[in-house]
Amino acid sequence: MKYRLSSGGQVDRSKPLRFSFDGKGYSGFAGDTLASALIANGVHLVGRSFKYHRPRGFMSAGSDEPNALVGVGDDEARYTPNLRATQVELFDGLVAESQNRWPSLSLDFGGANDALSRFLTAGFYYKTFMWPAAAWKRLYEPMIRRAAGLGRAPTAADADRYTQLYSHCDVLIVGAGPAGLAAALAAGRSGAKTIVCDEQDRMGGTLLSEREAIIDGLPAADWLARTLQELGSLSNVTLLPRTTAFGWYPHNFLGLSERVTDHLGRKEGNLPRERMWQVRAKEVVLATGAIERPLVFPDNDRPGIMMAEAARTYLNRYGAVPGSRAVVFTACDSAYRAALELKGAGVHIAAIADVRPAPEGPWVERARAAGIDVRPSTLVTATHGRLHISHADLASEGASSSETVPCDLLLMSGGFTPSVHLFSQSRGKLGYDEALKSYIPQKSVENERSVGGCRGLFDLGASIADGFGGGLGAVRGAGGTPVTEQKIPVFVQSFGQDGFIGALNGKSRRRAWVDFQNDVTVKDIELATREGFRSIEHVKRYTTTGMATDQGKTSNMNALGIVSHALDLPVPKVGLTTFRPPYTPVTFGSFAGQSRGKLFDPVRQTSIHDWAAEHGAVFEDVSLWKRAHYFPRQGEDMHAAVRRECAAVRNSVGIFDATTLGKIEVVGKDAAEFMNRMYTNAWTKLEPGRLRYGLMLREDGFITDDGVVGRMATDRFHVTTTTGGAARVLALMEDYLQTEWSDLDVWLTSTTEQWAVIALQGPNARKVLEPLVEGIDLSREAMPHMSVREGRICGVPTRLFRVSFTGELGFEINVPMGYGRGVWEAIYAAGKPFDITPYGTETMHVLRAEKGYIIVGQETDGTVTPDDVGLAWAVGKTKKDFVGKRSLARPAMTRDDRKQLVGLLTVDPKVVLEEGAQIVVDPREPVPMTMIGHVTSSYWSAALGRSVALALVRGGRARIGKRLHVPMAAGNIEVEVVTPVFYDTEGKRLDG
Amino acid sequence: MLLIKCPFCGPRPEIEFAYGGQAHIERPKDPMSLDDEAWAEYLYIRNNTRGVHSERWRHINGCARFFNVRRDTISDEILVTYKVGEAPDAVPEKDRPTKGGAVR
Repeated sequence: MKYRLSSGGQVDRSKPLRFSFDGKGYSGFAGDTLASALIANGVHLVGRSFKYHRPRGFMSAGSDEPNALVGVGDDEARYTPNLRATQVELFDGLVAESQNRWPSLSLDFGGANDALSRFLTAGFYYKTFMWPAAAWKRLYEPMIRRAAGLGRAPTAADADRYTQLYSHCDVLIVGAGPAGLAAALAAGRSGAKTIVCDEQDRMGGTLLSEREAIIDGLPAADWLARTLQELGSLSNVTLLPRTTAFGWYPHNFLGLSERVTDHLGRKEGNLPRERMWQVRAKEVVLATGAIERPLVFPDNDRPGIMMAEAARTYLNRYGAVPGSRAVVFTACDSAYRAALELKGAGVHIAAIADVRPAPEGPWVERARAAGIDVRPSTLVTATHGRLHISHADLASEGASSSETVPCDLLLMSGGFTPSVHLFSQSRGKLGYDEALKSYIPQKSVENERSVGGCRGLFDLGASIADGFGGGLGAVRGAGGTPVTEQKIPVFVQSFGQDGFIGALNGKSRRRAWVDFQNDVTVKDIELATREGFRSIEHVKRYTTTGMATDQGKTSNMNALGIVSHALDLPVPKVGLTTFRPPYTPVTFGSFAGQSRGKLFDPVRQTSIHDWAAEHGAVFEDVSLWKRAHYFPRQGEDMHAAVRRECAAVRNSVGIFDATTLGKIEVVGKDAAEFMNRMYTNAWTKLEPGRLRYGLMLREDGFITDDGVVGRMATDRFHVTTTTGGAARVLALMEDYLQTEWSDLDVWLTSTTEQWAVIALQGPNARKVLEPLVEGIDLSREAMPHMSVREGRICGVPTRLFRVSFTGELGFEINVPMGYGRGVWEAIYAAGKPFDITPYGTETMHVLRAEKGYIIVGQETDGTVTPDDVGLAWAVGKTKKDFVGKRSLARPAMTRDDRKQLVGLLTVDPKVVLEEGAQIVVDPREPVPMTMIGHVTSSYWSAALGRSVALALVRGGRARIGKRLHVPMAAGNIEVEVVTPVFYDTEGKRLDG
Repeated sequence: MLLIKCPFCGPRPEIEFAYGGQAHIERPKDPMSLDDEAWAEYLYIRNNTRGVHSERWRHINGCARFFNVRRDTISDEILVTYKVGEAPDAVPEKDRPTKGGAVR
């Protein structure tokens, strides 16, 4: 095979694997990535660029790859777009496709954009598609979205499983290259609980493609194997390959995404696709290495142009040869090593163009000795070749003529950029190193240290020593006892630390790419600076450089260099864009974990739920609860069911599951005093055995909750809250009790889940209930409205409330939760002679609205006082203080023109107003009209044979008897303002 | 995610807690004696500290107790946590949270 060495590297030539790319079959070996396998098949054209649809090939061999984004998966439920082919491990049967091209990769009509590039410069969206405004949504945006882009979202739901786990450790080491492994040895041997994670499928980092180095007397590959074996044998060390530390969160909390099964191709056992590790580490060692920096020169984006280190990796690690005739373009020594190794593998090195005027040192000498044409002060001024590089133009710096050199591979190297992403996310302070032309960690904020390449140490020996020392320091920081310092001897030809940032040959009329993934060129960045963008953060957003899925791993420093040059400011003055998680894209599935489908949110059901379901209830969600909304019979819609249910309650008896009401037991010597302070009402004189409607304000004077409260004993209250307000009310009570009135002798206990509550409402309620109850006299005289008795029902202990939210004679029967359904069924059976009817929340709403009873959250919205909704009677006037009392005395709270609760009757009784509709005085006023209020509740009242509505209207009580208007799209609706009680205004039925 | 040392339960992750706003704002003993301005001050005016901020947290998914925290709003470092009614300086050094980041 022309592009695969017959031996060497870490692929297993005895295990061939078949795969397809864009429908065409290829073969590779176990140990390949999709990228190395394609290169071994001579395939370099793998994608089209985002904006100009330029043909693109592999630039790197790792997670920094900007070009080779592919969609992987033969099944929509397991399809993943935008994967870097350099990180996709090959398996037998892998199906991959290129993206952002039509109809095919080699013939892409979107390439027309490239010819129009003069009009598609930085900010062209903002400039070109300004007018008319309406066209943006309908025309421009869809057009741009179709023309530009990356992968496509899969059409089927994700079939895979994702898990999450927490972990704690003494030392977390991010990166298992030479420095990270040395740190792991130090921490592991010291007995520290250590986690080592690395984004690659194999640990070793640069050691995986190292040919010459001798470490501790062993060739690099053997030292790596021995080290991994030692670490694997230590029970205190966890090795996590295929695991990306994607984010740093405060207090040494890191997010790790482990890819568990993607490389297997098919599901094995019950393993999840990915695991999200949430690690709290006492100390973190960052050994994240460095990313090779591209050179910015004209036409630097053609397939066949790649990083020098990437070519080494393909060659040494995978035995894949990226070309046969190479030009090397470099600003540093390391590319010489790549040139020599490729030459050793039979690749012809046409020339090394070095931007430095006088390159020297051992690597340069070795290249010259090997007969390579080394050209100082030489630039690549253009490249040629439509779908693959065919020639490169080389010119001496300043020269007007150039030489065209044939080649099918161009290696570039502008030096290395330390990967400071996680360090920066930890809020550590970076400093600019002029010699390295890089930002490196300067001051830690969290408990972490950077070792090796990620802090600018690129020499292998120095990196390993730094790693070991960093590992020992981390053990010490975590409170452990480190083993003694150990010197690990390393023999390797080191190289100088030259490099270059910014653009070369900036005068060229040809485009030079800075951000390959987002198609940002030198001209775009220069244009942005000419248009006045000076902050690098603004340049970034205007040009979109560094904003693609690779987050500028290969482009940020070059963009910075270009801005620095254009503005004539030193790099540190230009600033640096903020690093944010994630380091590389993380799947939504990984974040969601098990929280999908039924596990997305808890569901609360009452013990009567199943009975309701069996009897055809339609449920609605009220906070986390499922509540029966209505009980339709055959052929009934909601309106018909609700009319029937309402009539049953008004005429005979209805049964309703009120279990979801919040319940709080307030107990203690000072319980009454506490209630006095928390609620507007006066509680001292409420006798045991009596109920009272309680109204709770926030300290700002606005209603926050209400509910019926029973005094069970002098020192015990049974408090009920709204269904949605239970947790909020308990939290508010606890807040005051713990932090303001800790002297009060009171305990609060949530009993919402302890009591099932059955509301039995209607003129026949007592008759149904009486035979079932023991020890309680239900008679009108013995148990008046708003009283509570303890006794038994169906043999079960009960707190029996006589209370009504319907305006009818009513009871609310509290029984221990587990007995809810049994008691419900017994009552239901006893009610059969009275045609007892189960009703849902919709009927409950209608019945209470007919009586003008408010619902907190429907008639109130956080700006409503007790007086606004006619509940001034519930405010204890003589109480010295309660939560919210002082606020009620503010002038704004007592103005006459506040919105007040009124009833509305439509002049046409058949019209039911829309809840939320606005109310005006004069419908002929031009739009926008003066809105004086809104409809809060509106229903058809079966009892009255007409519609009724409640509304909050400015100065509403003074408008009673007057007419107002509700302008709707279909026309104006005239309404009469009335007092907000529509049914049984004297309240006689309550005392039935 | 912050690591917060509950004075009752020990260090626990942030998700077990609920934030409770600025600490040490005492409810006036006799609110009705305050004029509107003084009452509004109590009700609405809070610090927006850049630096060390005293704040209340509640270990809502644990012991459910309120307690006080002194946190640096720039670095998120938690300097000390202490019970309601305690003075922060009274917390012995050994009981202070292991830092989520003293500057080295």
